[in-house]
Amino acid sequence: MAADGAAAALAPPRIGAGTTTHATPYVEGPIRAFAIATVFWGIAGFLMGVLIASQLAWPALNLGLEWTTFGRLRPVHTSAVIFAFGGNALLCTSLYVVQRTCRARLFGGEDMGWFLFWGYQFFIVAAALGYVFGVTQSKEYAEPEWFVDLWLTVVWVAYLIAFGGTILRREEPHIYVANWFFLAFIITVAMLHIGNNVALPVEWGSAKSYVVWAGVQDAMIQWWYGHNAVGFFLTAGFLGIMYYFIPKQANRPVYSYRLSIVHFWTLIFLYIWAGPHHLHYTALPDWAQTLGMVFSVMLWMPSWGGMINGLMTLSGAWDKLRTDPALRFSVAAVGFYGMSTFEGPVMSIKAVNALSHYTDWTIGHVHSGAMGWVGFITFGAIYYLVPVLWRKPRMYSEALISWHFWIATLGIVLYITAMWVSGIMQGLMWRAYDELGFLQYSFVETVSAMYPYYVIRTLGGVLYLSGALIMAYNIWMTVRSAGVAEEAPRAVPAGAVAAPAAQ
Amino acid sequence: MPTKIEKDALTGRETTGHEWDGLKELNTPLPKWWLWVFYATIAFSVLWVILYPALPFRGATGLTGWVAREAVVPVMEAERARQEPMLARLRAAGPAGIAADPELRAFALAGGRIAFANNCAGCHGAGGQGAPGGFPNLADDDWIWGGDLEAIRHTIAHGIRAGESAEERISMMPRFLADGMLTAAQVNDVAEHVLSLSGRATDRAAAERGAALYAENCASCHGARGEGNREVGAPRLNDRIWLYGGDKAAVVRSIGSPRMGVMPAWEGRLDPAVVNMLAVYVHALGGGE
Repeated sequence: MAADGAAAALAPPRIGAGTTTHATPYVEGPIRAFAIATVFWGIAGFLMGVLIASQLAWPALNLGLEWTTFGRLRPVHTSAVIFAFGGNALLCTSLYVVQRTCRARLFGGEDMGWFLFWGYQFFIVAAALGYVFGVTQSKEYAEPEWFVDLWLTVVWVAYLIAFGGTILRREEPHIYVANWFFLAFIITVAMLHIGNNVALPVEWGSAKSYVVWAGVQDAMIQWWYGHNAVGFFLTAGFLGIMYYFIPKQANRPVYSYRLSIVHFWTLIFLYIWAGPHHLHYTALPDWAQTLGMVFSVMLWMPSWGGMINGLMTLSGAWDKLRTDPALRFSVAAVGFYGMSTFEGPVMSIKAVNALSHYTDWTIGHVHSGAMGWVGFITFGAIYYLVPVLWRKPRMYSEALISWHFWIATLGIVLYITAMWVSGIMQGLMWRAYDELGFLQYSFVETVSAMYPYYVIRTLGGVLYLSGALIMAYNIWMTVRSAGVAEEAPRAVPAGAVAAPAAQ
Repeated sequence: MPTKIEKDALTGRETTGHEWDGLKELNTPLPKWWLWVFYATIAFSVLWVILYPALPFRGATGLTGWVAREAVVPVMEAERARQEPMLARLRAAGPAGIAADPELRAFALAGGRIAFANNCAGCHGAGGQGAPGGFPNLADDDWIWGGDLEAIRHTIAHGIRAGESAEERISMMPRFLADGMLTAAQVNDVAEHVLSLSGRATDRAAAERGAALYAENCASCHGARGEGNREVGAPRLNDRIWLYGGDKAAVVRSIGSPRMGVMPAWEGRLDPAVVNMLAVYVHALGGGE
């Protein structure tokens, strides 16, 4: 059983073979391009992260130039990791998964795939150049100006048409759970993107625009967008990845169909209301803050439903964790997902938020989700996909995957523990009063107290980046290696299948 | 339409009978603990919504009647009431009275420290050590506008050249080169003379030529021997402490096109008690007179 599983995980694709009778090969060229872009932008985004983390520890690295200051480069980092790395990973996997689980060629074919690829890369580059040159609308995670927003809308609608069209012409009677999550992600991100970016240029031909919402309404819509960028971009979409790749890698059925239905609908319904927890103790009316908090608390179990389904799918296949480092990435990702989605509801409780808000604790929380969940589930999927997409029997080196895993894990641990300590210390210092009723620390004293943690955080980022570079090398060597898909099953006899994974 | 329900050998569960690209699903029921914790969070939320404001209507505060803005007011007032007796004494005593009373002085140094850190340190440095470019050191005994308690309080309260108080410290040094009052050669000579006041002239002949120009243009404010004048805020020139740098180029620039710093008036921004505490604190940094 286990040997079969490893064989299935390593086996190259047999398009149109096995369960499918479809004669048309699936669209794969653009998906290969998306996989490369995922790795490329991942490294670019992690490098930016290391740079701005270093700037916080050593401000001289701002270089005294407007284009290289923290304020300009921080959105380059966040957009590079969320929209460039995460977005390319989602496009890559969703277009791969939807074709296979629907037994249908991508709606729009190769041309649609290439339009999505180049259209999306153009959006990324246009957005990043805008940040560096100071052309932004200053909304967190929605920094691009109106003309870039319009272009993304065009690309995104094409994405919806391609994905939805493929589902509509599926040859399977049912829609697989991964596709529910992908579809929810695509539709909701379209709604969020448009809702939060209703902006008018200040005059004809001007790059500068202002959003039509004003004041606290703007803040509320911004965080309705911002929170659901996490909820639908970084959670629902990546759950779609989890639901395809973990059962594939483990070669086990999904643990519970019912749980997938219930946690899907509860997650989708509850997430959209949780945004106000970003605005606790602000001008936002109390009633909205209360609702933001309780919807966040109710989100705990729907989130954990995904974790349970991911982890329990391994029951009977836990031994594969020892032999398949790519699966280790996917499973560790689900672990980080469970941790972040417990921490999130806790931080949304107003009494906790009074301490955590505006501190590095939030940064640590985001990064346990981003590096642990989003990053690791992507690495797991990429390690599965590269041999499949390039018709190779396996990755060039399982040992290098293992190195990547441990180095990146150590990086995350350093990063998030540094930010927990720094954030809680910062929050406590801000609220510390002496017995005479005076503040005990000035703001600047809290900043200098965080210096050692900023250095540790930078080190964590360097490790995470190093892991990604190892992955890039491994992928490069895999793509260059010999080995044709069709020959693989013969090249790997059943009895020897578990062995190469353990090398 | 389930097509092929199978029994999973490992768990004994049935599959749902669907299959996609080789992927199947088990028909496992919802984990009980999961369901009950989910119900518990819903129950908690319902309770919370009853207790706390959760409806978009004026006055819909929930059973507790809790309102964020109102909840913070008594806390702030209690804290103010706790400090108020001391603050009243600080206002009445003035800096000199505070310095003379050990209890008031200890309180003022504690409050002055954090008030300084949050309001003054940005320009004057965390320890009052000042910074190059016109931010005076407050920890030495070189004072431009006076270093006794009352002079320091006056400077803090009314500011310097900020145009915010009728009693502000104000002085103006002419732009000798920029406004054509002296030639570049004359400015050079005056600069050499100024440097000679602290024994650092590089060109004795120029310094001697500059003596007459100095007496005519500078001495009325900065004093015949560069001793300065606190009445008009003219810095002392015969020591080695400089606001905008003391090398030749910096002195030439300061004569030709002087820079004159601005400090806000803190009265009105800060409680008078805090201004008094700051005066006592700054006085205690090391150079108080």
